[in-house]
Amino acid sequence: MAAQDRGHARVGPLAARSRTAPALDVDALLDDPDRRIIVCCGAGGVGKTTTSAAIALRAAERGRKVVVLTIDPARRLAQSMGIAKLDNTPRPVPGVAPGAGGSLDAMMLDMKRTFDEVVESQASPEKAAQILANPFYIAVSSSFAGTQEYMAMEKLGQLDRQARESGQYDLIVVDTPPSRSALDFLDAPERLSSFLDGKFMRLLLAPARGPAKLMTTGFGLVTGTMAKIIGAQVLTDMKTFVTAFDTLFGGFRARAQRTFELLQARGTAFLVVAAPEPDAMREAAYFVERLSGESMPLAGLVVNRASTTPAGDLSAEAALAGVERLAASDDADDRLAAGLLRLHADRVRVVERQTRLRGRFATAHPDVATAVLPALAGDVHDLDGLRRIGELLADQD
Amino acid sequence: MPDTDWPDVQVHVVSGKGGTGKSTVAASLALALASRGKTVLLCEVEGRQGIAQLFDVAPLPYEERRIARGPDGEGEVYALAIDPEAALLEYLAMYYRLGRAGKLLDRFGVVEFATTIAPGVRDVLLTGKVYEAANRNSRNKGAREYDAIVLDAPPTGRITQFLNVNDELAGLAKVGPIRSQADAITRLLRSRRTAVHLVTVLEEMPVQETADAVKELRAAKLPVGGVVVNLRRPQDLDPTDRERLEAGLGAGERTRLSTALERAGVRHSPTLVETLVDEGRDHAERRDLEDAQDSLVAGIGVPTYSLPSLPGGTDLTGLYELAGVLRDQGMC
Repeated sequence: MAAQDRGHARVGPLAARSRTAPALDVDALLDDPDRRIIVCCGAGGVGKTTTSAAIALRAAERGRKVVVLTIDPARRLAQSMGIAKLDNTPRPVPGVAPGAGGSLDAMMLDMKRTFDEVVESQASPEKAAQILANPFYIAVSSSFAGTQEYMAMEKLGQLDRQARESGQYDLIVVDTPPSRSALDFLDAPERLSSFLDGKFMRLLLAPARGPAKLMTTGFGLVTGTMAKIIGAQVLTDMKTFVTAFDTLFGGFRARAQRTFELLQARGTAFLVVAAPEPDAMREAAYFVERLSGESMPLAGLVVNRASTTPAGDLSAEAALAGVERLAASDDADDRLAAGLLRLHADRVRVVERQTRLRGRFATAHPDVATAVLPALAGDVHDLDGLRRIGELLADQD
Repeated sequence: MPDTDWPDVQVHVVSGKGGTGKSTVAASLALALASRGKTVLLCEVEGRQGIAQLFDVAPLPYEERRIARGPDGEGEVYALAIDPEAALLEYLAMYYRLGRAGKLLDRFGVVEFATTIAPGVRDVLLTGKVYEAANRNSRNKGAREYDAIVLDAPPTGRITQFLNVNDELAGLAKVGPIRSQADAITRLLRSRRTAVHLVTVLEEMPVQETADAVKELRAAKLPVGGVVVNLRRPQDLDPTDRERLEAGLGAGERTRLSTALERAGVRHSPTLVETLVDEGRDHAERRDLEDAQDSLVAGIGVPTYSLPSLPGGTDLTGLYELAGVLRDQGMC
């Protein structure tokens, strides 16, 4: 992969003319036996989950043994994949064509359960029970904004180990949580583990370990103030939690580090998913630059829901001029013609705007291979729909 | 002044699934309120600088800045990007006069902890700032008073949790000052002074999420406002024409369409006629799907508003256009 070695730093606007991006060869990506992990990331609402599922299905029907980890699929899509029940275990997807010798399992992430399992695997049964019952733990494990990202990475690490040990899977496709920003996916684990190692934890642990002389007036003042603001009960819960959790921190940090390394490994590929809208393309640009900064292997960009240039060579202006001329007529054919011309003008404008956005991205990131997916008329909620998306993704001529 | 659907509402919370354009709707609503002569504060809480991008201004600091006037030059829109760390320090300074301890909290990582890790605290701080802006009093001398506040809130999947600060803290802080702060915020957010509007597009998943969010909000006793259907397709073809297109135009009808194009002065070819007919059929099919979703939205049983998709995208001019539409439909 030459492209991934060259990096994807932004290129100044003078460095290249506006251009079209090189086409992404999805099938080459899926067929590469060294490719063990594909991560789909991007802003919320751009079709990440559907893209992940479509890619996983296509890989399976081309002979890979695939497991897809989804975060929050649409209900009917989840039902058709047989994962309507959230049980944190991969299940075979019914209806996958077995001809090429591949298979497809799917699972939906249960964030709290994944967290609980990590605690149970790291601590003695008594200690685990103590942690799981702590109010502070319950709150962190079910509502902390970064927990979902962290647990998605944790689950990926587990699936990877499982795949290597049992040989049950040779490709893991991961959907990422619908975060505020696509970057949260990369940042949350670091944030959590830096917190676990941070000054604040030492502060809470200070009375429990460490000599009394370290208890400077600063510590006392800070804990006193905190008790005043959040209440002594919360502080006590937190101390209990931290003390019980203390021995697990090292393990958590090591796991987060291993998963991060897994993401940087050669066998991993990131697909950045976007829609041709300013916000989503800007997010995609940030993400591409960030991946490059972290030496993470980027396979390319998928632009969903793109409008395609209509044949017939009629500009928006010419179409609207035609609408003007027909405005006074109440003949049925004229009304139909005027309506169609207005629709056409809108579509041409949308295509122009989207082309500008994609051109800007390609100019700033000329090495990023891109697949463009035309907007579909309806929602996708079955394997046939996913298969169709897979075909469109692979066919980028 | 014509009637508005939300005469008592001071805090307009705007949520929506990712990709439905909730930030655009929030900004348009703020402009629409300003066009009624109101002084409006538009807040964002997700650190995305979406307001600055929409209004094409430099990134916003933690400071209320005027970013627009209403179309008739009377009302004003101020914007604020609420940053939890700054909000915490401001809150501590305002209520506790901590002096040295405030700096220490920061140095010991307590501020970072409170704003990123401690569950619920971040949301209490963000909604707390909205509460403060809605209840300007002697603690914050000389601060501007607002007639209306529009909050560009987190997406529908998280909105109930975000606004339900009380429950979030319930298992945690049972007493103490942060608890009473949360109680005061909850009283405001559950009152008639607040409305939670949900933005959707006419597709299956966003509509489903909107219906779910309405149920969740009601269960949490949070006041549901209106549903804004955003990015609605143009209504250029009447039902008869749509049916004709879906049935497929015969050769005779195509010829008559060519003749009409001729009258329109459009240089046409068989390829163009084919394109137009295909575009028309595609549009008709999507409209059918949209109509089905539309009746689901109507079934939610709250006031609905509808914004067109602007083919050129949403720039500042577009925001004023959308603001006019929301005002005409009685959202403010």
